[in-house]
Amino acid sequence: MSNHLKNLKLKIWRQSGPTDSGHFENYVMDEISDEASFLEMLDVLNEGLIGENKLPVVFDHDCREGICGTCSLMINGQAHGPERSTATCQLHMRKFKSGDEIVIEPWRASAFPIIKDLMVDRSAFDRIIESGGFITAPTGGAPDANLIPIPKTVADAAMDASQCIGCGACVAACPNGAANLFTGAKIAHLNLLPQGQAERFKRTEAMVETMDEYFGSCTNHGECEAACPKEISIDVIALMNKDYRQSKLKNRKEISRT
Amino acid sequence: MTITFNSKIPAGAIGDKWATYKEDAKLVAPGNKRKFKVIVVGTGLAGASAAATMAELGYQVDVFTFHDSPRRAHSIAAQGGINAAKNYQGDGDSVHRLFYDTIKGGDFRSRESNVHRLAEVSVNIIDQMVAQGVPFAREYGGLLDNRSFGGAQVSRTFYARGQTGQQLLLGAYQQLARQIGLGNVRMFNRTELVDVVTVDDRCAGIVTRDLVNGEVVSHAAHAVVMATGGYGNVFYLSTNAMACNVTAAWRAHRKGAAFANPCYTQIHPTCIPQSDPTQSKLTLMSESLRNDGRVWVPTNADESRSADQVPEAERDYILERLYPSYGNLAPRDVSSRAAKRAVDAGLGVGPLKNGVYLDFSDAVNRLGKDVVEERYGNLFQMYERIAGENPYDVPMRIYPATHYTMGGLWVDYELMTNIPGLYAAGEANFSDHGANRLGASALMQGLADGYFVLPYTIGNYLAPMLNKPIPGTDHPAFKEAELAAAARYQGYVDIKGSRSPDYFHREVGRIIWDYCGMERTQQGLEKALSELPALYEEFQKDLRVTGDAESMNQTLEKAGRVDDFFQLGMLMCRDALEREESCGGHFRAEYQTDEGEALRNDEDFAHVAAWEWTGDPTKSVRHSEELNFEAIHLATRSYK
Amino acid sequence: MAQTTMKRGPVSGTAIDRATRRRRPFLIDLYSTAVGKKYVMAITGIGLLGFVLFHMIGNLKMYFGAQDLNHYAHFLERLLYPILPEKYALWLMRGGLATMALLHIHAAYTLTVINRHARPVKYQSERDYQVASFASRTMRYTGIIVLLFVIWHLLDLTFGAGSVNSYVGTKDAEGLKDVYGAVAFSLNRVPVAIFYVLANIALGTHLFHGVWSLFQSLGWNNPRFNKWRRAVATSFATIIVVGNVSFPIAVLAGVVG
Repeated sequence: MSNHLKNLKLKIWRQSGPTDSGHFENYVMDEISDEASFLEMLDVLNEGLIGENKLPVVFDHDCREGICGTCSLMINGQAHGPERSTATCQLHMRKFKSGDEIVIEPWRASAFPIIKDLMVDRSAFDRIIESGGFITAPTGGAPDANLIPIPKTVADAAMDASQCIGCGACVAACPNGAANLFTGAKIAHLNLLPQGQAERFKRTEAMVETMDEYFGSCTNHGECEAACPKEISIDVIALMNKDYRQSKLKNRKEISRT
Repeated sequence: MTITFNSKIPAGAIGDKWATYKEDAKLVAPGNKRKFKVIVVGTGLAGASAAATMAELGYQVDVFTFHDSPRRAHSIAAQGGINAAKNYQGDGDSVHRLFYDTIKGGDFRSRESNVHRLAEVSVNIIDQMVAQGVPFAREYGGLLDNRSFGGAQVSRTFYARGQTGQQLLLGAYQQLARQIGLGNVRMFNRTELVDVVTVDDRCAGIVTRDLVNGEVVSHAAHAVVMATGGYGNVFYLSTNAMACNVTAAWRAHRKGAAFANPCYTQIHPTCIPQSDPTQSKLTLMSESLRNDGRVWVPTNADESRSADQVPEAERDYILERLYPSYGNLAPRDVSSRAAKRAVDAGLGVGPLKNGVYLDFSDAVNRLGKDVVEERYGNLFQMYERIAGENPYDVPMRIYPATHYTMGGLWVDYELMTNIPGLYAAGEANFSDHGANRLGASALMQGLADGYFVLPYTIGNYLAPMLNKPIPGTDHPAFKEAELAAAARYQGYVDIKGSRSPDYFHREVGRIIWDYCGMERTQQGLEKALSELPALYEEFQKDLRVTGDAESMNQTLEKAGRVDDFFQLGMLMCRDALEREESCGGHFRAEYQTDEGEALRNDEDFAHVAAWEWTGDPTKSVRHSEELNFEAIHLATRSYK
Repeated sequence: MAQTTMKRGPVSGTAIDRATRRRRPFLIDLYSTAVGKKYVMAITGIGLLGFVLFHMIGNLKMYFGAQDLNHYAHFLERLLYPILPEKYALWLMRGGLATMALLHIHAAYTLTVINRHARPVKYQSERDYQVASFASRTMRYTGIIVLLFVIWHLLDLTFGAGSVNSYVGTKDAEGLKDVYGAVAFSLNRVPVAIFYVLANIALGTHLFHGVWSLFQSLGWNNPRFNKWRRAVATSFATIIVVGNVSFPIAVLAGVVG
């Protein structure tokens, strides 16, 4: 049966727009069921704020089942809050106790400017994918799906990497604001598959260098892996580094031939 | 505008129609394609794949999403898989069988020609997605693995763990991203469609609102594709994402596009039951779980023991008992009603007695925990996070919830609505699933429409327009629509009442769920039709939106969406009321067999109901498109 | 580093200019990205690790007495002699080490600048780090401590700058440089010994993260040996710290000197 948490102290970042300097505001949540999700708790708060004729807290969210990657909160100093391998929307209030203080901040990175309150712009991720995070396969020209067998282990490893939901927790959690886990995951997904070999090095070079335009550098803290709701391993970063080195050599060979 | 319903079904045998169509379709030469602008609204499977393919062909494509990134569309949440008539398992599958299963699953309320085409291109989808790098599950030999799904007696479902929708969407998103990078697509994110503009009875473009700064802007194009998803959120609690809405489709409807079969909504049998009144959404557990899970309830309504303490003799495996040949894999509508009856009879389980068990203990004993984890690991993890119980030890509790809407914008064989130049694809149209959709067919339809149908049919429409001018955004029709849209949003802010949009959304949802949900009656629907207009009036007088219309305002976004849900809700109830039969997801209590199964009325209702907007949601006009079954004989659906 | 702007409007053609990018010489091209800089960090790191290890092993000779150590020092000066004149090989090695150290520092500095820019506004609440270790988060501080120590250490025992270490230059009974005596003289001063110990603990901490980290940076990743990376880093750091810290203790305890 559900229990109720009482007297939660919420300290939430409010910022009216990208240029506003922003500040913390304190709220008290008198009572909330522990069956509620964290975002439902914020819904309740917002209903209350509208009731008081105030502006509700703006935050990104959508599917609320941990797969769309839209939600993005720094909760008590941890990206997506205290539960491992869980996106904010799947965090439930049973993880907290009555009287707790909960501090909520937006992701912070220069590549993720704040739009309002807790909502940030993560388009820089799209730029990375646009630069090379795909396999060029025009519609209609594909050979039969079973033509190229893919060992189960390879398909599984690619799947492990491709689970990334693009939420940005890796960047948020990284002390350097680096996006190596995000980029590495996509590179690993595509570079492991036989279908991805043709563009392997071109892709790697383009994606790494696009990432470089927006994000910090990896110093191997491992915070990204710990924050990732899909538990993507930092092994993908090592793979990216290796392929980047090879891409620098291979791509040059390609150029010298032309 | 007078509505004409020409479904434009090509002549010929069912198996030849699509080939014939493609041979006869007019073409736009490669060099001329860039002279055409196509707008795609929505970036789910249908939208992203259509936009990517058309951009690759050479059209200028503008794409709109209200999300921050095209990768977030709700196609991403589909778990179980995607059907395709590949017959890789050699178990007797074929295009015809997939076609037949889909028509039968849809309870003979879909258009044969469209469904056959869907079955035909299903095989290309798998090839295409594998080429794009979707890591489908594989056998140890390296070939693709399949699982079986409800409503089918073959294994034709391809899957990527429990995240098939995610993997397919990312595949389509990556193709779209490539076209954005190359400059062939212009991507507008956090931008919502707020109106469709027609000039001379053709679709001339759309009006959008920038969600970040509230700017209302017009966009002109030769053709517009609505790939804007379904309207399941009209129920408030559904498995849809929070932002899923009917606004785009509804605005098209208000501009003359007929809305077909709005009462066909699918209730998914395996969702986690509601646990708390503040709950904002329901979470679906993939139907694939029914491959290995067994649905049961205790035979005794006062059962208080924990599930593992209930002896076999005191368990009722409802689906296995009622539908021996399909067992736990009976179609969604059938399974849902079985669960509802058990709960209504007081046999429900869980603290609120609002669910049935889905038990994996047999599977764990038979296959071992490792195999079960391999198949469903992430679903089990997700369940544990939400429900706080470990399904390896305690059976899952499930209950039906709204999940998918088969109804949508009326489209012809070319996926064009009755407004020339306006297309609808994916869940936003009505065409392929009839009164009930089979599991793993939504992903198939979205990708079929986007990759393999629209790129051909749009060319056929555009070809004759070559070098003919189209109305620009300076046309008065655009200006008028812009002003109206801006006024509409300012209007919500100006009401300054006392209730939030969420309050009204919950209330509409409650009415629709109670009277137009899993089981409908004339009395209930009439009650809904009297309650909804009253509540709508209250909405228009007592809505409170704080903040302004010139900046990011999620309450305001919600207000616009709830407004459209109100209007749609009324139309749904009317459609349900007028369809005096039970079929698929539409179950009218008055029309059932002695055994409580859906009783169709093919004599009077073997048609599509297409509704015409008249200005008052309670006074829409019903038109119909007859459904002719030539390849398949109308038969009573039986899953016994 | 590009700052994402909040300009609204359509996005298109984001990957076009990449195709026409001018290409630069391989090394400069590699070094221009953060991943490339990490390669430089890792490769120069390996070079410096080698030095640190052999330096320690060489110093262990002091436990065999003055003669062993002084002979070893003399051997280093005459390395590759007579192919090269005396001390040439030594200076070549010193030059190599200095280059590596400079590159290591330059890469570290530029990466730090990049990282500062990547998050101009810090988190306003306290971070709750999950796995980032003390070592990983203090790399730049332990690095600076080690650098300062190296400078002191060079002045002290390599160059014997007058007031720093007046013993340097003294010859032993065989007429070789009395390195043994110079070390004993230096480490007998308690503040110097304390600085020596602290600096080596900083070095150990730096190595604890650095050795593990270099496998990642160089993309040396293999499920079969991944689990050994942490062990290798820990044992390497431990060996270096234990070895190096033993010297001042031995001197102060009178075992050496």
